[in-house]
Amino acid sequence: MHPARSIVFFTTASGAGFALLMLLGLGVPLGLLPDSGGFAFAALAAAIALAAAGLGSSVLHLGRPERAWRAFSQWRSSWLSREGVFAVLTFVPTAVFGIGWVFFGASGGLVGLFGVIAAALAAVTVYCTGMIYASLKPIHQWHNAWVVPGYLALGSMSGLLILDFLIRFWVVRATGLAIFTAAVTLIAWWIKERYWLFIDTSSAPSTVASATALGRRGRVRSFETPHTQDNYLLNEMGFQIGRRHARGLRRIARLSGFLLPALGSVVTAIVAGAPGAVIAGLAVVSAAFGLLIERWLFFAEAKHTVTLYYGADAV
Amino acid sequence: MSSRDYVAFGSGRLEARGFLDRLRAYFSPSEDVDTSPKVADEVKYTTCYMCACRCGIKVHLKDGGIRYIEGNRDHPVNRGVICGKGASGIMQQHSPAKLKKPLRRVGERGAGEFREIEWDEAIATAVDWLSPIRATDPKKLAFFTGRDQSQSLTGYWAAQFGTPNFAAHGGFCSVNMAAAGMYTLGGSFWEFGEPDWERTRYLMMFGVAEDHDSNPIKIGLSGLRRRGAKFVSVNPVRTGYSAIADEWVGVRPGTDGLLVLALIHELFVADWIDLDYLARYTNAAWLVIQAPGAADDGLFARDEAGNPLVLEASGTLASATTVGVATRFVGEAELPDGRRAVPVFQLIAERYLDDRYAPEAVAEACGIPAATIRRLAAEIAEVAFKEEIELPVAWTDWAGRQHQTMRGRPVSFHAMRGISAHSNGFQTCRALHLLQILLGTIDVPGGWRYKSPHPKPAPPGPKPAGKPDQVVAGKPLPGIPLGYPMSPEDLIIDAEGRPARIDKAFSWDAPIAAHGMMHMVIANAANGDPYPIDTLFMYMANMAWNSAMNTAETMRMLTDKDPTSGEYRIPRIIYADAYYSETVAYADLVLPDTTYLERWDCISLLDRPIGGADGPADAIRQPIVEPDRDVRPFQDVLIEIGARLELPGFITPEGEPRYPGGYPDYIINHERRPGVGPLAGWRGLDGDQPGRGAPNPHQLERYIANGCFWKHPLPDDQLYFKHANKAYLETAVTMGLIDRAEPIVLQLYVEPLQRFRLAAQGHGAVQPPAAHRERIAAYFDPLPFWYMPFEEARIDREAFPLHAVTQRPMQMYHSWHSQNAWLRQILGFNRLFVNRTTGRALGLETDDWVWVTSHHGRIRVPIRLMDGVNRNTVWTWNAIGKRAGAWNLAPDSPEFRKGFLLNHLISELLPSDGGYHYSNADPITGQAAWYDLRVRIERVAPGERDQTAPSFGVIGHPGSLARPPGILRYFAGRDRLDRQGSSRRGSSA
Amino acid sequence: MTSLPASRPGQKKFGLVIDLDICVGCHACATACKEWNASGHMGPLTDFSPYGDDAWGVWFNRIHSFEEGEGDGARTIHFPKSCLHCEEPACVTVCPTGASYKRAEDGIVLVNEAICIGCKLCSWACPYGAREFDADQGVMKKCTLCIDRIYNEHLAEADRQPACVMVCPVNARHFGDLGDPESPVSALVAERRGRDLMPELGYRPVNKYLPPRPGRMPRTPPPDAVQPAAPAGSSGDKLLRWLDRLLSR
Ligand SMILES: Nc1nc2c(c(=O)[nH]1)N[C@H]1C(S)=C(S)[C@@H](COP(=O)(O)OP(=O)(O)OC[C@H]3O[C@@H](n4cnc5c(=O)[nH]c(N)nc54)[C@H](O)[C@@H]3O)O[C@H]1N2
Ligand SMILES: Nc1nc2c(c(=O)[nH]1)N[C@H]1C(S)=C(S)[C@@H](COP(=O)(O)OP(=O)(O)OC[C@H]3O[C@@H](n4cnc5c(=O)[nH]c(N)nc54)[C@H](O)[C@@H]3O)O[C@H]1N2
Ligand code: SF4
Ligand code: SF4
Ligand code: SF4
Ligand code: SF4
Ligand code: SF4
Ligand SMILES: [Mo]
Repeated sequence: MHPARSIVFFTTASGAGFALLMLLGLGVPLGLLPDSGGFAFAALAAAIALAAAGLGSSVLHLGRPERAWRAFSQWRSSWLSREGVFAVLTFVPTAVFGIGWVFFGASGGLVGLFGVIAAALAAVTVYCTGMIYASLKPIHQWHNAWVVPGYLALGSMSGLLILDFLIRFWVVRATGLAIFTAAVTLIAWWIKERYWLFIDTSSAPSTVASATALGRRGRVRSFETPHTQDNYLLNEMGFQIGRRHARGLRRIARLSGFLLPALGSVVTAIVAGAPGAVIAGLAVVSAAFGLLIERWLFFAEAKHTVTLYYGADAV
Repeated sequence: MSSRDYVAFGSGRLEARGFLDRLRAYFSPSEDVDTSPKVADEVKYTTCYMCACRCGIKVHLKDGGIRYIEGNRDHPVNRGVICGKGASGIMQQHSPAKLKKPLRRVGERGAGEFREIEWDEAIATAVDWLSPIRATDPKKLAFFTGRDQSQSLTGYWAAQFGTPNFAAHGGFCSVNMAAAGMYTLGGSFWEFGEPDWERTRYLMMFGVAEDHDSNPIKIGLSGLRRRGAKFVSVNPVRTGYSAIADEWVGVRPGTDGLLVLALIHELFVADWIDLDYLARYTNAAWLVIQAPGAADDGLFARDEAGNPLVLEASGTLASATTVGVATRFVGEAELPDGRRAVPVFQLIAERYLDDRYAPEAVAEACGIPAATIRRLAAEIAEVAFKEEIELPVAWTDWAGRQHQTMRGRPVSFHAMRGISAHSNGFQTCRALHLLQILLGTIDVPGGWRYKSPHPKPAPPGPKPAGKPDQVVAGKPLPGIPLGYPMSPEDLIIDAEGRPARIDKAFSWDAPIAAHGMMHMVIANAANGDPYPIDTLFMYMANMAWNSAMNTAETMRMLTDKDPTSGEYRIPRIIYADAYYSETVAYADLVLPDTTYLERWDCISLLDRPIGGADGPADAIRQPIVEPDRDVRPFQDVLIEIGARLELPGFITPEGEPRYPGGYPDYIINHERRPGVGPLAGWRGLDGDQPGRGAPNPHQLERYIANGCFWKHPLPDDQLYFKHANKAYLETAVTMGLIDRAEPIVLQLYVEPLQRFRLAAQGHGAVQPPAAHRERIAAYFDPLPFWYMPFEEARIDREAFPLHAVTQRPMQMYHSWHSQNAWLRQILGFNRLFVNRTTGRALGLETDDWVWVTSHHGRIRVPIRLMDGVNRNTVWTWNAIGKRAGAWNLAPDSPEFRKGFLLNHLISELLPSDGGYHYSNADPITGQAAWYDLRVRIERVAPGERDQTAPSFGVIGHPGSLARPPGILRYFAGRDRLDRQGSSRRGSSA
Repeated sequence: MTSLPASRPGQKKFGLVIDLDICVGCHACATACKEWNASGHMGPLTDFSPYGDDAWGVWFNRIHSFEEGEGDGARTIHFPKSCLHCEEPACVTVCPTGASYKRAEDGIVLVNEAICIGCKLCSWACPYGAREFDADQGVMKKCTLCIDRIYNEHLAEADRQPACVMVCPVNARHFGDLGDPESPVSALVAERRGRDLMPELGYRPVNKYLPPRPGRMPRTPPPDAVQPAAPAGSSGDKLLRWLDRLLSR
């Protein structure tokens, strides 16, 4: 699948944003977060900005962005519509929660309740995002059990890393959060590794033979494609990445997306103050970079059944 | 309210509706599809010309644009279907490569720099150039036309001008096919005949990718497969028609002659020959003089009246024309002068029973196991002789004998350029006709059938005009410059035996070059060999590119100057094209033509009509849309130039233009012979005379009313045995198709060939110069034989181990369609296809780039591996590669970067053997031997560019060409075509 | 609406049956489709860089070719492909706007261009590559099964067929109601064992493909016609057979 920059950015950013929102919505009523208007503002702003930027970028990806409002109508069947609906819905309790928390310093009661609701909706939103991909049968690398957990875990991990960074401007030491962050990061990494293992060791049930209903005489191979130049289908779904190239990028994603942030979190569990903040900041940057690559790979390594008609033997 | 405007929510239109309705519409939107939109404001019929197949089309016009083009269901050729090209006609009409105005060259030839001129100036220039030529030496005009469908006009014009130097594309196309058939049967494959699609039970097809009858062939094959008839395709490549064959015989190119003769051998061995058919309809029993060294050795023994003789049962001689005479097929006759003569049949049986034609003997050369050849022969015989069919239709033969039924052997053959585009093609085509005749399947139910206006006498009467004494300043030729020589006396040569035509057709180089040798014109003219010319006038031929052999050299010759005078060696070039093809850049004067939807045309019985086996038919094209630029139909222009030059056929006795109404005027009023004109339908003042009759002023209206074609269905008793069917022959005479209602005797043994051979052996008044003798004697064999194609025979076969051929892609016509926005998406460049095993052995993989080298040159191309191709053969699609700058395509187009021509590898001359430099052609007909090419392939050096080579500089183009749109939003009648940028409909969101 | 219409008994299922046995790969159905539809219900079928490098455009029907088997036994197969008008089309259910829908009355899958937002998700959900994005108009387009022909009262009865079916010179394309077991198309599918493409994905395509028939090679029944009748020996000896044959013209 073609790794469109807008979508790579969208899924990564909004995943982080909604996860952060979820953490805030849960953390605040539970009193786990600093009681500071400044922190409240910064954290919420970051969450909303990321979520909104992601959504905005996905809207710009549309052929007809001015009609985006139509996308909320088919929640009965469409995960994309559901995602849209939940994304927007999330902002309603978030608004109440945010105003209560940022401007009135409230963290419990109604504000807290709205926080929890926002957190739940944010989680559902990320789930929906995962399901958009996981529900697509033509794409074996998406239509599997590792995709939704991956989205949830990667989102949570990035939300936590951001939180761990932001919190350091208000508290000197956040050992628990840091350790939790490191743990979630490692879990996310494990899920991603399982995902990679899965896609490396399995392929879709569909083959060029099943795609053409041929094969009784023997192997089926593409002889000529319908058009000599690439068309929409190939540009959108025929993206190919070399095995070596993919391996290299996975290594970068492992290092930058998981290993360094996990290490950073472990270190910030020990190192306090400004150095801790710097390290946490670096962990965020590293994770962002790594996750963008991971997400790019998520698209680039995904093979669509349509390529079976254009020379692929298996997907 | 259109469906598109129906928007559920947020549209002002729906304000009146209730909120709930709107909500419902938001969550459950529905679309109100207009399932019955108006299709057309007007439907006009005409004839397609996205290729030369001449299908009937219906053009739907809507809102001033072309809505849709579809096949005409009533049309005899295509019966409602059209092909991929035909359905892309809209994009031809909207091509940005359309020429817009007459042009005069200003820069150097080939640079593409022009000045736009008015038509007055254009025509005056042409007249100024041509008039002195005609007044002094008409042969200094060479007039050659390519995809010309008005050859009866252009040929007539040339004859009226007085130049022998006229021909159309036949010489580089399939004259082997045409000539072999015409001399044998008075008909041929190509568009002169077709299998009996409805009745045949076994079809064997040789070397056909598409042909000129592509829709009929497709319709026919489909029916055949459905009926369970067997279809065998003999072709080195398995695509297209071959892909759906029951059996694919992947023959090695150039060896079909051997394969066919082996089949004949098998039939003789097993005695599966239709002797009755041979006796009745062929010259099998005619006696051939056996007097080696005599001037008439190998000619037919004739009586005083000139009738061939046969050997009666009693041992006496009788005229072959005697009705009912019982003759011997084998046995020796003594002629009155005491010499020996034997029947043709005996010569044939002796020759093909020889073991050198046994399947085992040919298997290796052909690349087909002997057992397969045996089985194919057995299958053919089985169907021919065990599955004979009989139609309950009574008919009368030429001698007036009644037959209660029509019997047929339902085996048929079809063949095209795969066998004809070789230097042994004439004899190979002859071999195939021989096979058909021996099986008795010519024009019988289930066999191969003549398409009207055939059969003609074998060969037809007219001989080429243009002998040196017939070329007289200011005078027309006494006939048309193309025809069928019967003996050396008919050649167009000078007293010393040197060629008298610029293309050397009808010379000792190629005595039976019945269609001319267009592929030699530029080279010969540039070399002043046999003489320099003054003006080269071309029409609809892309001679600077895909119809040239040795393309690079051809371009050089077009621009070559005489160093002493500084003048171009070909002083003037006039060219009429409709589009900015590669050749336009080489013209000094460009006459821009209309598109096929903008003009009158006539698909005439005098030329290449649309007739089928069921009867004669012809057709017209009528203007469907108005030209939007300053172009004129070429035929109008030619007629006007003719009148201005005062060519007798184009002026009245008073000196006024004879056809002031241009081509339509000519179509209606021109008479070639009394009562015979370009169109055969609705002749006579009242339009009630088919075939022959006075001009009918309302003829074109009658055509239009009938869907732009005319058809004369033959009655059942005339549908078969046309060559010997009394009723048919008489009809054909009345309609002006043939001159005499005499039977057409199928020529197993072609006597005219022997006449040439005798000349080479030193007999007769006209003999070849010494250098040509051996060759003429060798190849003018009156019975078919096989010889190795010349290129293969002369090169180092190990150094060039592979054959290289091209195929017609079904969706492209030669060079025409790279300018077509839709078709070029399908085939924007071509690859060289290599057999997988062969490729792997060379370490090659799909998408590799290779150098392809022939004895003549090399090209760099991308490849693809496939299984369905003979192991010794590589192939590609024809004419996809283009020259950068031509056709108004962007200079980075794939046609230039990755597309290529094999033509660069093909020399117009044979590899030298030290002797005379013959053209790379068949020695009998001069047919260009495109498919004799041999090559080797090697992977390019690492790091070499992925770009085809050779590539030539970008040619400039006239500023007047349309600016090609970046985005094409064709919608009939909506002016979207040339708008740039986005056209999003903002209305509905 | 993107929820699928409930399938009623006797549900009409309009679709195409494509005969791989006789398709010669001529592309007529592809360009006829392009031509009809360019000015049709979903027109224009925009083309990009039409006279430049990398020309591409919106096509509803494309002709692939494959080789099946290896070596000399390989067969070339031309393979046209357009929307299969699936019974379980995820291209419809994934659509967030309701622009993609399956018609209850005949099962035709369409895109309502007026409300499509161009998110492209339906094209990802279609396993067969039957959805075509018009980047100029920003909306998805696709084969309409020639909905503006098959019911069109301005056309003669015989012409109420998809453009691609009308044009096919070998009659390899058939249009009809595959929901009706009695229909000619259903009969054809039954007789020739029409196949689904990628049945494993569960989209249940309506369009069916008729597999290539084995070639009659050698022809059956095996020929027994040719028994060598010639005696061994020189060709002169062989000629003796015909010595006494008398044949009259
Ligand atoms: N390698 C290789 N070369 C081949 C062949 C092959 O098989 N392999 N085939 C050979 C054969 S059989 C043939 S017939 C030749 C064909 O060769 P040509 O006849 O030279 O080639 P075309 O590409 O048909 O181009 C004819 C010209 O007609 C112009 N034209 C198109 N429509 C019109 C019109 O309406 N009016 C006018 N005035 N001009 C128009 C086109 O723009 C083009 O320039 O190629 C030969 N060359
Ligand atoms: N779509 C389309 N139709 C066309 C044309 C076009 O350009 N496009 N051109 C028209 C013209 S001008 C012509 S002349 C006709 C030509 O019509 P065809 O003769 O059908 O055209 P070619 O493409 O030359 O086909 C030659 C076939 O012979 C095979 N072949 C090559 N060498 C040999 C051999 O030695 N033995 C055998 N048995 N087969 C061999 C090739 O693989 C190829 O399949 O088509 C006409 N129709
Ligand atoms: S074969 Fe195609 S392009 Fe040629 S005349 Fe017929 S419809 Fe037109
Ligand atoms: S083929 Fe594709 S576009 Fe057509 S209905 Fe099936 S899934 Fe949808
Ligand atoms: S591109 Fe249009 S039709 Fe396709 S899913 Fe998106 S909104 Fe629906
Ligand atoms: S049914 Fe109509 S829209 Fe669909 S492929 Fe055929 S011609 Fe195109
Ligand atoms: S029109 Fe018919 S033969 Fe041609 S590609 Fe389409 S289905 Fe095949
Ligand atoms: Mo040709």
